Amino acid sequence: MLAEIESIPPSAPQTGRPAAARLNDVTKNFGPVRALNHVSLEVRQGEILAVLGPNGAGKTTAVNLLLGLAAPSAGEASVFGGDPRNPANRMRTGAMLQVARVPETLRVREHVELFSSYYPKPLPIAETLAAAGLTTIQKRMFGELSGGQKQRVLFALAICGDPDLLFLDEATLGLDVEARRLLWQQIRKLAERGKAVLLTTHYLHEADALADRILVINKGEIIAEGTPAEIKARSAGRQIRCRTDLSISEIRAMEGVLEAKTDGDTVVIQTAVAEPVLHELLRRDAYISEIEVTSAGLEEAFLALTNNPSAHESH
Amino acid sequence: MNSTASAFGPSVRPLRRTLAIYGKESKYEFLKLLRLPVYSGSTILFPVMFYVLFGLMMNRGEGLSSVSVSTYLMATFSTFGVMGASLFAFGAGLAGERALGWLQVKRATPLPPTAYFFAKTVVCMAFSLIIVAALLTLGFLFGNVHMTMLQTVKLAATLVVGSITFCTMGMAIGYFAGPTSAPAIVNMIYLPLSFASGLWIPMQALPHFFQKIAPFLPPFHLGQIALSAVGAESTGSNLMHWEALAAFAVISLGIARIGYQRDEGKMYG
Repeated sequence: MLAEIESIPPSAPQTGRPAAARLNDVTKNFGPVRALNHVSLEVRQGEILAVLGPNGAGKTTAVNLLLGLAAPSAGEASVFGGDPRNPANRMRTGAMLQVARVPETLRVREHVELFSSYYPKPLPIAETLAAAGLTTIQKRMFGELSGGQKQRVLFALAICGDPDLLFLDEATLGLDVEARRLLWQQIRKLAERGKAVLLTTHYLHEADALADRILVINKGEIIAEGTPAEIKARSAGRQIRCRTDLSISEIRAMEGVLEAKTDGDTVVIQTAVAEPVLHELLRRDAYISEIEVTSAGLEEAFLALTNNPSAHESH
Repeated sequence: MNSTASAFGPSVRPLRRTLAIYGKESKYEFLKLLRLPVYSGSTILFPVMFYVLFGLMMNRGEGLSSVSVSTYLMATFSTFGVMGASLFAFGAGLAGERALGWLQVKRATPLPPTAYFFAKTVVCMAFSLIIVAALLTLGFLFGNVHMTMLQTVKLAATLVVGSITFCTMGMAIGYFAGPTSAPAIVNMIYLPLSFASGLWIPMQALPHFFQKIAPFLPPFHLGQIALSAVGAESTGSNLMHWEALAAFAVISLGIARIGYQRDEGKMYG
């Protein structure tokens, strides 16, 4: 089951489709604090966009602007080409926000029923409950639920109106691995049905596993944007460690090598893609040994992006 | 972008569905509070307890203002109960939902904002009715209460309609108080106001000073209308008291609006 979920390839960016949500050169100030600085982004129908960044980067602010819960100080926020506050647009939008307290004396099913009634064409209650994995606990009071179960109720409230545009602000926070995978599966299904999904996360592997496009944001500015593969490639995606007689300068000159240095009697090579470099290393040095390839992963990519000032020039 | 969109008009959904939303929102708001012992327990229990203690047990069968003590206190303790139910539901409820993000979640949905406030008001009215019914039952069964059907209906209607003023006061508190301080602030307003408005001890028995300030206190006015409904002597005309209650409601809504705009300014500025 899990393997099946993992094997669903993220669909290619749907460049031709219309934008469901758009920030156009948006700046947002809270008093003297600039939460967003000239940010432009777009989520298209059928696309999953991950907005990735550390706490305080401006991710939630971006979501609030697109939900019409806040107005930009400059620039424009629009959904379906119009005002996010327009009820007709809100009927096509669902949101899972970070909330400190949800009324605890309503049952799971009652919460879902109430929110479903707000929308013109909601999903059947049973379908919403099943999608969020709540069927067996639908009679429970919200206050009796575990943290992960509470998150799933909030997810149910976000999808119950069968929205065309879905915002998920740190949706998998506090979920265990299995619950997270269930949620990912649901999010992918929604995108396959043509829904536009914007998710914010600081789980970097989540953005990698789910998104068609990733937008890296830090201190209110977009510092990188691209497919997960591009983002990883942009910042030394693989690290090869080996023992070889080849000189550092020779390795550095090889195609695909971003950086190489010695570490004791081994050599550490940074590269976007490991395989071509490995082929070349093996071809040139038949006695190469102790080869170890590690993924830099999005974590490192992210760190490199947020720490590297030169990343700014690329957006 | 910042201008309110024209599509905010009523044509967004058919009337039948709008009414269904108002109904469901009210139903679940009621269930939510009914299942909350801190709320339903204390708002119903306190007036009942006071009435049993002062209206029934300590009552030596004397008359007061041309009615029995148990009838007099029926009117004033019901007013006291209605005030508490409304101030807590609206004040503490709104303060918590506003500060802890739930109101944001609701605002992001197509729920009409008026439905949210409508539901809270209807629920305050429902709890007001429960409190009046409880006191009436106790008074009829165990007290020396003699009221005509008309008087009974008049008392209940007066208190249910009068609860609106306390809803607006609660709304004003809810927009300015924090989630943890709101219940304390409500208590600080509710208890002294009840006392000074003659809801615990008849106005005539209070020091002269209180009779001077009472006209500036909303519960005094509702208490007087409630007293006249049960046939007790009251000061001033009912019309004047209703006007005063309406004025307090307008002032409270004005204060709430300032808080609402301050909130929006934080988010929307």
